[in-house]
Amino acid sequence: MKTVRSAVLAALCLLALRAEAGEVRVAVAANFAAPMKEIAAMFQADTGHTVQASFGSTGKFYAQIRNGAPYDVFLAADDETPRRLGSEGYAEAASEFTYAQGTLVLWSRNPGTVDARGEVLKGRFGKLAIANPRLAPYGRAAQEALQKLGLWDAVQNRLVMGENIGQTLQFVATGAADLGFVALSQTLKDGKPAGGSSSVVPQALYAPIRQDAVVLAKPQDKAAADAFVAYLKGKKAHGVIRSYGYALP
Amino acid sequence: MSPEDLQAIWLTLRLAAITTAILLVIATPLAWWLAHTRSFWKGPVGALVNLPLVLPPTVLGFYLLLWMGPDGPIGHLTDALGFGRLPFTFWGIVVGSVLFSLPFAVQPIQNAFEAIGTRPLEAAATLRAGFVDRFFSVAVPLARPGFLTAVVLAFAHTVGEFGVVLMLGGNIPGETLVASVAIYNRVEALEYGPAQALAATMVAFSFVTLLSLNWLGRKRA
Repeated sequence: MKTVRSAVLAALCLLALRAEAGEVRVAVAANFAAPMKEIAAMFQADTGHTVQASFGSTGKFYAQIRNGAPYDVFLAADDETPRRLGSEGYAEAASEFTYAQGTLVLWSRNPGTVDARGEVLKGRFGKLAIANPRLAPYGRAAQEALQKLGLWDAVQNRLVMGENIGQTLQFVATGAADLGFVALSQTLKDGKPAGGSSSVVPQALYAPIRQDAVVLAKPQDKAAADAFVAYLKGKKAHGVIRSYGYALP
Repeated sequence: MSPEDLQAIWLTLRLAAITTAILLVIATPLAWWLAHTRSFWKGPVGALVNLPLVLPPTVLGFYLLLWMGPDGPIGHLTDALGFGRLPFTFWGIVVGSVLFSLPFAVQPIQNAFEAIGTRPLEAAATLRAGFVDRFFSVAVPLARPGFLTAVVLAFAHTVGEFGVVLMLGGNIPGETLVASVAIYNRVEALEYGPAQALAATMVAFSFVTLLSLNWLGRKRA
């Protein structure tokens, strides 16, 4: 009798949870895909809400959101795009916050090519890959750092540009470019350097690479969207974000 | 339109013209062989030629990036010959475009050769025409519509090409930044006005090219 009653009780609890469980549709900048998957799994386990994440480039998401794409939360690769969506009425401007801050790193796939202080930039090398400064925050940061170091003009004829930070990594990973400025998060595996040689670019050389999140106007499930944003600001999510090489403001 | 966009259009036209010229030289003997051979290799070679039709361009671009890089066979070869490496150069994207547009040049020419059949050539042979004479005086004039189609398709396909150059190019203005990639960059940078101007120019240009080649073909045929 007792077991039957507790079984019924458990079933009722489960039903109640199901009734409250919502779905959050999140548009996520591609560079944040790996931590997002981990955070989404934890969020689902902890709250019962399900997460449907789409990964892509921030510029493309901007166009899609303006044209009615059904996302509830947007995790951008920069802070400009969410702000723009907010001022244009496509997002709740007040909900915007920085969920992660990127760290720039000079990386080569060959061990011993990049020294700890990045002196290699003053010496001999082939092609230097950066993300397109006009499109990607990491590209802009790389340009800033090179300018502050007084090397921007010197590297012009050796510069190749990926259209985003993922393609820039590909240029370096295939060896087609000797060196490249990429995201620290891309050169780590399980929190440790994945190989090659690298030098973290001092934070003083470039403006912080802020990645902002924003709740979009008229989310389908406001409660679930707010819960997700709160979770993203929490300790557990922060642990995951740091483990992938991102800083927090 | 900004000077950079004009430069991208000019580069695209140059790339398409050079690619088409190279393709005619490569595709003609290949199409001839495919049209006439009874070799076991006809199947495999034909499949290889048509591979770019089914492969996503970014896959082709990625493999080319690997093969032309310092560890790749093409990279070793160009290094040894003293040309340096091909990724991020104009000739690198020419190689990519040639491979990408190859089926669009081979297929129409091969179809034209097959449609001619062996009879006119045999007739010419009985009149003591040598192979070169038979080829240029009989086969090529009869296959003219096929050649024309090949030129149009190879050129147009190279103008519209995107994925391979995106992977191999590195966005270097005047060297590898073609119009399709420039449009993509503008859209990604949220500069929709310039993107539309550039895109509209490409649409107009493609339409006029196809139309004039169509008329040209009808007059000659």
